[in-house]
Amino acid sequence: MANPMKIRAKLEGDVANVRVLMSHPMETGQRKNAAGELVPMHFIKDIRAELNGKPVFEAAISQAVSRNPVFAFKVKGAKAGDKLSITWEDNRGDKRTDTVELGGA
Amino acid sequence: MNRNRRVALKSAGLSSMLVAGFATGLLRPADALAIEWNQDAFHAKNVADALQKLGAQNPVDSGDITIKAPDIAENGAVVPIDITSDIPGTERITVLIDKNPFPYVGSFDFTKGALPYVHVRVKMGESSNVRVIATANGKHYQAVKEVKVTIGGCGG
Repeated sequence: MANPMKIRAKLEGDVANVRVLMSHPMETGQRKNAAGELVPMHFIKDIRAELNGKPVFEAAISQAVSRNPVFAFKVKGAKAGDKLSITWEDNRGDKRTDTVELGGA
Repeated sequence: MNRNRRVALKSAGLSSMLVAGFATGLLRPADALAIEWNQDAFHAKNVADALQKLGAQNPVDSGDITIKAPDIAENGAVVPIDITSDIPGTERITVLIDKNPFPYVGSFDFTKGALPYVHVRVKMGESSNVRVIATANGKHYQAVKEVKVTIGGCGG
Protein backbone atom coordinates (compact mmCIF):
# COMPACT_ATOMS: atom_id res chain seq x y z
CA MET A 1 0.00 0.00 0.00
CA ALA A 2 1.32 3.39 -0.94
CA ASN A 3 2.25 5.98 1.64
CA PRO A 4 -0.32 8.60 2.57
CA MET A 5 -0.48 11.89 0.70
CA LYS A 6 0.32 15.13 2.41
CA ILE A 7 -2.56 17.49 1.75
CA ARG A 8 -2.58 21.12 2.81
CA ALA A 9 -5.68 23.17 2.20
CA LYS A 10 -6.01 26.80 3.17
CA LEU A 11 -9.23 28.75 2.90
CA GLU A 12 -9.16 32.21 1.39
CA GLY A 13 -12.73 33.43 1.36
CA ASP A 14 -14.64 30.64 -0.38
CA VAL A 15 -11.60 29.38 -2.28
CA ALA A 16 -9.55 26.49 -0.93
CA ASN A 17 -5.90 26.64 -1.93
CA VAL A 18 -4.93 23.01 -2.07
CA ARG A 19 -1.41 21.62 -2.22
CA VAL A 20 -0.82 17.89 -2.30
CA LEU A 21 2.30 15.75 -2.20
CA MET A 22 1.92 12.17 -3.40
CA SER A 23 4.46 9.50 -2.65
CA HIS A 24 5.16 7.70 -5.91
CA PRO A 25 8.28 6.69 -7.92
CA MET A 26 6.86 7.91 -11.30
CA GLU A 27 9.19 5.64 -13.28
CA THR A 28 9.44 6.65 -16.94
CA GLY A 29 10.46 3.25 -18.28
CA GLN A 30 13.68 4.85 -19.57
CA ARG A 31 15.79 4.77 -16.41
CA LYS A 32 18.22 1.92 -15.80
CA ASN A 33 18.91 0.42 -12.39
CA ALA A 34 22.37 -0.31 -10.98
CA ALA A 35 22.44 -3.63 -12.87
CA GLY A 36 21.82 -1.81 -16.15
CA GLU A 37 18.27 -3.13 -16.57
CA LEU A 38 15.46 -0.82 -17.59
CA VAL A 39 13.12 -0.06 -14.70
CA PRO A 40 9.56 -0.67 -15.92
CA MET A 41 7.11 2.21 -16.18
CA HIS A 42 5.24 2.91 -12.98
CA PHE A 43 3.35 6.16 -12.76
CA ILE A 44 0.17 7.82 -11.58
CA LYS A 45 -2.34 8.21 -14.42
CA ASP A 46 -5.46 9.69 -12.92
CA ILE A 47 -6.10 12.13 -10.13
CA ARG A 48 -9.40 13.33 -8.78
CA ALA A 49 -10.31 15.71 -6.00
CA GLU A 50 -13.74 15.75 -4.39
CA LEU A 51 -15.31 18.32 -2.11
CA ASN A 52 -17.85 16.64 0.18
CA GLY A 53 -18.00 13.71 -2.25
CA LYS A 54 -18.57 15.87 -5.34
CA PRO A 55 -15.78 15.88 -7.97
CA VAL A 56 -14.17 19.32 -8.36
CA PHE A 57 -10.81 18.76 -10.07
CA GLU A 58 -9.47 16.02 -12.30
CA ALA A 59 -6.21 15.29 -14.04
CA ALA A 60 -4.84 12.74 -16.49
CA ILE A 61 -1.06 12.70 -16.40
CA SER A 62 1.94 10.85 -17.82
CA GLN A 63 5.26 9.55 -16.53
CA ALA A 64 6.74 12.99 -17.30
CA VAL A 65 5.45 14.31 -13.99
CA SER A 66 8.26 14.38 -11.43
CA ARG A 67 8.80 11.72 -8.77
CA ASN A 68 6.74 12.25 -5.62
CA PRO A 69 4.36 14.54 -7.53
CA VAL A 70 3.29 17.87 -6.09
CA PHE A 71 0.18 19.60 -7.36
CA ALA A 72 -1.57 22.77 -6.34
CA PHE A 73 -5.05 23.82 -7.38
CA LYS A 74 -7.90 26.05 -6.21
CA VAL A 75 -11.40 24.90 -5.36
CA LYS A 76 -14.30 27.36 -5.46
CA GLY A 77 -17.26 27.33 -3.09
CA ALA A 78 -15.46 25.77 -0.13
CA LYS A 79 -16.04 26.50 3.54
CA ALA A 80 -14.66 25.45 6.92
CA GLY A 81 -15.66 21.93 7.86
CA ASP A 82 -15.89 20.74 4.23
CA LYS A 83 -14.19 17.46 3.48
CA LEU A 84 -11.68 17.44 0.65
CA SER A 85 -10.53 14.07 -0.60
CA ILE A 86 -7.95 13.30 -3.25
CA THR A 87 -7.59 9.99 -5.09
CA TRP A 88 -4.87 8.82 -7.43
CA GLU A 89 -4.64 5.67 -9.48
CA ASP A 90 -1.48 4.41 -11.20
CA ASN A 91 -0.79 2.30 -14.29
CA ARG A 92 -0.69 -0.86 -12.18
CA GLY A 93 -4.14 -0.23 -10.76
CA ASP A 94 -2.88 0.83 -7.33
CA LYS A 95 -5.04 3.50 -5.73
CA ARG A 96 -4.93 5.74 -2.75
CA THR A 97 -7.42 8.19 -1.28
CA ASP A 98 -6.75 10.66 1.51
CA THR A 99 -9.15 13.15 3.06
CA VAL A 100 -8.71 16.36 5.03
CA GLU A 101 -11.20 18.65 6.70
CA LEU A 102 -10.92 22.30 5.73
CA GLY A 103 -9.99 24.48 8.71
CA GLY A 104 -11.43 27.83 9.76
CA ALA A 105 -10.59 30.89 7.67
CA MET B 1 -9.94 -27.68 -33.65
CA ASN B 2 -11.71 -28.30 -30.43
CA ARG B 3 -8.79 -27.05 -28.50
CA ASN B 4 -8.62 -23.79 -30.42
CA ARG B 5 -12.23 -23.23 -29.72
CA ARG B 6 -11.59 -23.75 -26.03
CA VAL B 7 -8.80 -21.19 -26.02
CA ALA B 8 -10.96 -18.72 -27.89
CA LEU B 9 -13.80 -19.19 -25.42
CA LYS B 10 -11.46 -18.76 -22.50
CA SER B 11 -10.00 -15.49 -23.75
CA ALA B 12 -13.45 -14.22 -24.64
CA GLY B 13 -14.52 -14.97 -21.09
CA LEU B 14 -11.52 -13.15 -19.69
CA SER B 15 -12.02 -10.03 -21.71
CA SER B 16 -15.69 -9.82 -20.84
CA MET B 17 -14.69 -10.11 -17.19
CA LEU B 18 -12.30 -7.22 -17.67
CA VAL B 19 -15.01 -5.17 -19.28
CA ALA B 20 -17.32 -5.93 -16.39
CA GLY B 21 -14.58 -4.91 -13.98
CA PHE B 22 -14.15 -1.56 -15.67
CA ALA B 23 -17.86 -1.00 -15.74
CA THR B 24 -18.36 -1.65 -12.05
CA GLY B 25 -15.07 -0.47 -10.62
CA LEU B 26 -13.59 2.39 -12.53
CA LEU B 27 -16.23 4.00 -14.62
CA ARG B 28 -19.45 3.90 -12.72
CA PRO B 29 -21.81 6.24 -14.55
CA ALA B 30 -22.45 8.18 -11.33
CA ASP B 31 -18.88 9.40 -11.17
CA ALA B 32 -17.61 9.14 -14.71
CA LEU B 33 -14.34 10.97 -15.16
CA ALA B 34 -14.42 14.25 -17.03
CA ILE B 35 -10.99 13.45 -18.41
CA GLU B 36 -10.23 10.31 -20.29
CA TRP B 37 -6.64 8.98 -20.20
CA ASN B 38 -5.94 9.54 -23.89
CA GLN B 39 -3.49 6.76 -24.70
CA ASP B 40 -2.92 7.85 -28.32
CA ALA B 41 -2.01 11.36 -27.24
CA PHE B 42 0.22 10.18 -24.41
CA HIS B 43 2.08 7.89 -26.80
CA ALA B 44 2.58 10.57 -29.48
CA LYS B 45 6.22 11.38 -30.07
CA ASN B 46 5.92 14.93 -31.32
CA VAL B 47 3.79 17.94 -30.48
CA ALA B 48 1.85 18.10 -33.75
CA ASP B 49 0.83 14.47 -33.41
CA ALA B 50 -0.11 14.87 -29.73
CA LEU B 51 -2.22 17.96 -30.46
CA GLN B 52 -3.96 16.14 -33.29
CA LYS B 53 -4.76 13.16 -31.02
CA LEU B 54 -6.06 15.60 -28.44
CA GLY B 55 -8.25 17.27 -31.06
CA ALA B 56 -6.48 20.58 -30.39
CA GLN B 57 -4.76 21.33 -33.69
CA ASN B 58 -3.86 24.93 -34.52
CA PRO B 59 -4.49 26.54 -31.14
CA VAL B 60 -4.71 30.34 -31.14
CA ASP B 61 -1.88 32.22 -29.38
CA SER B 62 -3.18 33.95 -26.29
CA GLY B 63 -1.73 36.47 -23.87
CA ASP B 64 -4.26 35.45 -21.23
CA ILE B 65 -2.42 32.29 -20.24
CA THR B 66 0.31 32.84 -17.66
CA ILE B 67 3.10 30.28 -17.40
CA LYS B 68 5.40 30.72 -14.42
CA ALA B 69 8.47 28.53 -14.83
CA PRO B 70 12.20 29.07 -14.31
CA ASP B 71 14.16 30.47 -17.30
CA ILE B 72 16.93 28.06 -16.41
CA ALA B 73 16.19 24.81 -14.59
CA GLU B 74 19.16 23.42 -12.70
CA ASN B 75 17.63 19.97 -12.56
CA GLY B 76 15.45 18.64 -15.37
CA ALA B 77 14.00 15.99 -13.07
CA VAL B 78 11.93 18.59 -11.22
CA VAL B 79 10.83 21.69 -13.11
CA PRO B 80 8.08 23.56 -11.25
CA ILE B 81 5.42 25.18 -13.43
CA ASP B 82 2.51 27.40 -12.35
CA ILE B 83 -0.21 27.92 -14.91
CA THR B 84 -3.11 30.37 -14.74
CA SER B 85 -5.66 30.98 -17.47
CA ASP B 86 -7.58 34.25 -17.53
CA ILE B 87 -9.59 33.14 -20.55
CA PRO B 88 -13.25 33.19 -19.48
CA GLY B 89 -14.79 29.74 -19.28
CA THR B 90 -11.51 27.81 -19.23
CA GLU B 91 -12.44 24.17 -18.87
CA ARG B 92 -9.13 22.48 -19.26
CA ILE B 93 -5.41 23.14 -19.19
CA THR B 94 -3.07 20.82 -21.09
CA VAL B 95 0.72 20.77 -20.72
CA LEU B 96 3.23 19.63 -23.34
CA ILE B 97 7.03 19.70 -23.29
CA ASP B 98 8.02 20.04 -26.97
CA LYS B 99 11.31 18.13 -26.84
CA ASN B 100 10.45 15.36 -24.38
CA PRO B 101 10.37 11.84 -25.89
CA PHE B 102 6.60 11.91 -25.26
CA PRO B 103 5.60 15.59 -25.23
CA TYR B 104 2.10 15.30 -23.70
CA VAL B 105 2.44 15.61 -19.92
CA GLY B 106 -1.18 15.81 -18.91
CA SER B 107 -4.47 17.66 -18.74
CA PHE B 108 -6.25 19.28 -15.83
CA ASP B 109 -10.01 19.73 -15.76
CA PHE B 110 -11.71 22.59 -13.94
CA THR B 111 -15.30 22.31 -15.12
CA LYS B 112 -16.70 21.07 -11.85
CA GLY B 113 -15.69 23.84 -9.48
CA ALA B 114 -11.97 24.54 -9.55
CA LEU B 115 -10.37 27.82 -10.65
CA PRO B 116 -8.26 27.55 -13.84
CA TYR B 117 -4.94 27.37 -12.01
CA VAL B 118 -2.57 24.48 -11.52
CA HIS B 119 0.91 23.88 -10.18
CA VAL B 120 2.75 20.84 -11.49
CA ARG B 121 6.36 19.62 -11.46
CA VAL B 122 7.61 17.94 -14.60
CA LYS B 123 10.64 16.16 -15.97
CA MET B 124 12.43 17.70 -18.92
CA GLY B 125 14.97 15.75 -20.95
CA GLU B 126 16.59 18.87 -22.41
CA SER B 127 16.01 22.58 -22.94
CA SER B 128 12.60 22.97 -24.54
CA ASN B 129 9.49 25.01 -24.94
CA VAL B 130 6.82 24.39 -22.35
CA ARG B 131 3.54 24.57 -24.24
CA VAL B 132 0.24 25.18 -22.46
CA ILE B 133 -3.11 24.73 -24.18
CA ALA B 134 -6.19 26.19 -22.52
CA THR B 135 -9.55 24.96 -23.71
CA ALA B 136 -12.54 27.27 -23.30
CA ASN B 137 -15.96 26.89 -24.91
CA GLY B 138 -14.58 24.25 -27.26
CA LYS B 139 -11.78 26.54 -28.53
CA HIS B 140 -8.08 25.97 -27.94
CA TYR B 141 -5.62 28.70 -26.96
CA GLN B 142 -1.91 28.36 -26.37
CA ALA B 143 1.05 30.00 -24.70
CA VAL B 144 4.69 28.93 -24.81
CA LYS B 145 7.64 29.50 -22.51
CA GLU B 146 11.18 28.37 -23.07
CA VAL B 147 12.97 26.62 -20.20
CA LYS B 148 16.69 25.87 -20.41
CA VAL B 149 17.74 22.70 -18.66
CA THR B 150 21.24 22.19 -17.25
CA ILE B 151 20.93 18.50 -16.35
CA GLY B 152 18.25 16.44 -18.11
CA GLY B 153 15.75 14.50 -16.06
CA CYS B 154 14.55 11.67 -18.24
CA GLY B 155 17.28 9.04 -18.24
CA GLY B 156 19.45 8.71 -15.18
